[in-house]
Amino acid sequence: MTDILLSVRNLRVVFPHRHGDLVPIDDISFNVKKGEIIGFVGESGAGKSMTGAAIMGLIDDPGIIESGEIWLGDVRIDQLDAKRLIKIRGKRIGMIFQDPLTSLNPLKTIGDQLVETILAHLPVNADQAKRKALIGLEEVGIDSGRFNAFPHEFSGGMRQRVVIALALAAEPELIIADEPTTALDVSVQAQVLELLKKLCRERNASVMLITHDMGVIAETTDRVAVLYAGRLAEIGNTASLLSSPRHPYTRGLIASTPSVEHGDISTHLYQIEGSMPRLDALPTGCSFHPRCQDALPRCRLRQPEVINESVACFLYE
Amino acid sequence: MLLIILRRLGQSFFVLFLVALISFMMFRYVGNPVDNLLGQEATVEQREALIEALGLNDPLFIQYFDFVTRVLQFDFGNSYRGALPVADMILERLPATLELALVSAFFAMFFGVVMGVFTAINRRGITGNFILSSSLIGVSLPTFLIGVLLIWVFSVELKWLPSFGRGEVVELGGWTTGFLTVSGLKSLILPGITLGLYQMTLIMRLTRAEMLEVLRQDYIKFARARGLSERAVYFGHALRNTLIPVITVAGLQLGSIVAFAIITETVFQWPGVGLMFINAVFFVDIPVMSAYLLLVGTLFVMINLIVDLLYLAIDPRIRDGQLKRQER
Repeated sequence: MTDILLSVRNLRVVFPHRHGDLVPIDDISFNVKKGEIIGFVGESGAGKSMTGAAIMGLIDDPGIIESGEIWLGDVRIDQLDAKRLIKIRGKRIGMIFQDPLTSLNPLKTIGDQLVETILAHLPVNADQAKRKALIGLEEVGIDSGRFNAFPHEFSGGMRQRVVIALALAAEPELIIADEPTTALDVSVQAQVLELLKKLCRERNASVMLITHDMGVIAETTDRVAVLYAGRLAEIGNTASLLSSPRHPYTRGLIASTPSVEHGDISTHLYQIEGSMPRLDALPTGCSFHPRCQDALPRCRLRQPEVINESVACFLYE
Repeated sequence: MLLIILRRLGQSFFVLFLVALISFMMFRYVGNPVDNLLGQEATVEQREALIEALGLNDPLFIQYFDFVTRVLQFDFGNSYRGALPVADMILERLPATLELALVSAFFAMFFGVVMGVFTAINRRGITGNFILSSSLIGVSLPTFLIGVLLIWVFSVELKWLPSFGRGEVVELGGWTTGFLTVSGLKSLILPGITLGLYQMTLIMRLTRAEMLEVLRQDYIKFARARGLSERAVYFGHALRNTLIPVITVAGLQLGSIVAFAIITETVFQWPGVGLMFINAVFFVDIPVMSAYLLLVGTLFVMINLIVDLLYLAIDPRIRDGQLKRQER
């Protein structure tokens, strides 16, 4: 099992609240292999971004990791103090956020931001860091002449390229990309994703791609994890999961994705009835049962466990 | 860039002319200058002569023009009371006020920003919360009361610091300074704190609020995710973004420090222009009052101008925005 880079075991994140605790992530386990791209898909609030934040140790106050373990290689990283966490963040795990317009400090040139990141992690002097920063910019397709430009002088797509260069600056083994293309134009989305894929493949870095776009999942990822209301619904190889989804929620998710293949635009889109429950009003049992067409009586009573590391549903017990 | 500065200068001059107009109206219409100058027993001939000498029969805009011309030559007329040129009186007293304002502003800015940043970073700490609550005292107590309290504690009870005046001053080519003698420096402490305390708490609370706001931004989260040290995040990324609004307010407050020096100068019998103004009010000494108005107005305009230019230096977005508008 040496090819496993990141291992999350029974992760549970809790936000203490006056009227009972909120649990945005409940008992999630998964592995990320070296060099693979794993997608995380689900509706807003399903716990995708929170999973990424938990791995980075960047959960907002007052949230805490209540139980579970996160291992990066053979280092347990969910209990590190701030000093050692800094050596992981950026250096071993890089992160890309959703909105490139707000991810960059408006008052510093992109060159400065790159150099400071490189200096924070790599044993180089200022000159070497600058040279490395210029190479990094070139790799993401930004002219080195714009080293001293400020973020507001770039378009959204270009800024996301800068963000990618920043996330990759210290050559991390894992990139957590939190909806990296959601804020971009569709035509730019593909470019940015392709760039991210290419650079990670060159470095043999793994990617956790958080998205709600099934199309992005299909094109980009090796494996995919489907989250629903803070729990893992289904996880598996992208190809087999897309062609034969097992969890009723996954089936609904795929059926509700518009398809334009072969010029065949289906006029009727499937909808999953209802909406995801709020965290403070989770139903008993499987949290998907009120919307599930195949719900069994016991779905109301107990939460299903993940069976064979693939699907959490009583239909397959 | 030069064009932007020139345009700002132009706007400043326009404002200054308006201030001069108000100052002129005050001089011309508050009370009758002829009565003020000659008293009640003057003959009609004397009055006519003075009216002619002051040019009060000329059309109004010519009077205004003359007034501005004289002001530009630092001629503010003579004080009704001492018959001294107002310009000389101001020049003699201005160093005292400016030194006091400088000390207060430095005190307010330095401690305000440091404590604001401290309380923002240690939001949940006991010390931070203590500083924050005690800052309410600074905001809510009136200036004269703080001054009197400080005098009582440090001058009357402890006898550490003088309670009034500037102490020994050294003359440096027409500028009297208290910075060079021990007693001069000691005399600056209490009025400096009194005058700056309110501004300090204001700057502190503003810095804290802005810093907390900035710390919520995505680029701070991203800076953390890049593995920058907390110090680099706070001082390399957050502080600079915090300081933009703080500088605006602090700059404008600098103007009010000079304006509100009146109260502190009265409490500490500080021989500055504020005290001079208060005395002028008692004796309806209009030329002194209108000259003071012009002085404070000019100061405000100059400070505004400097703040605007600082903005351009700090924030590249404003710089570029201005240049683009210029090109159009």
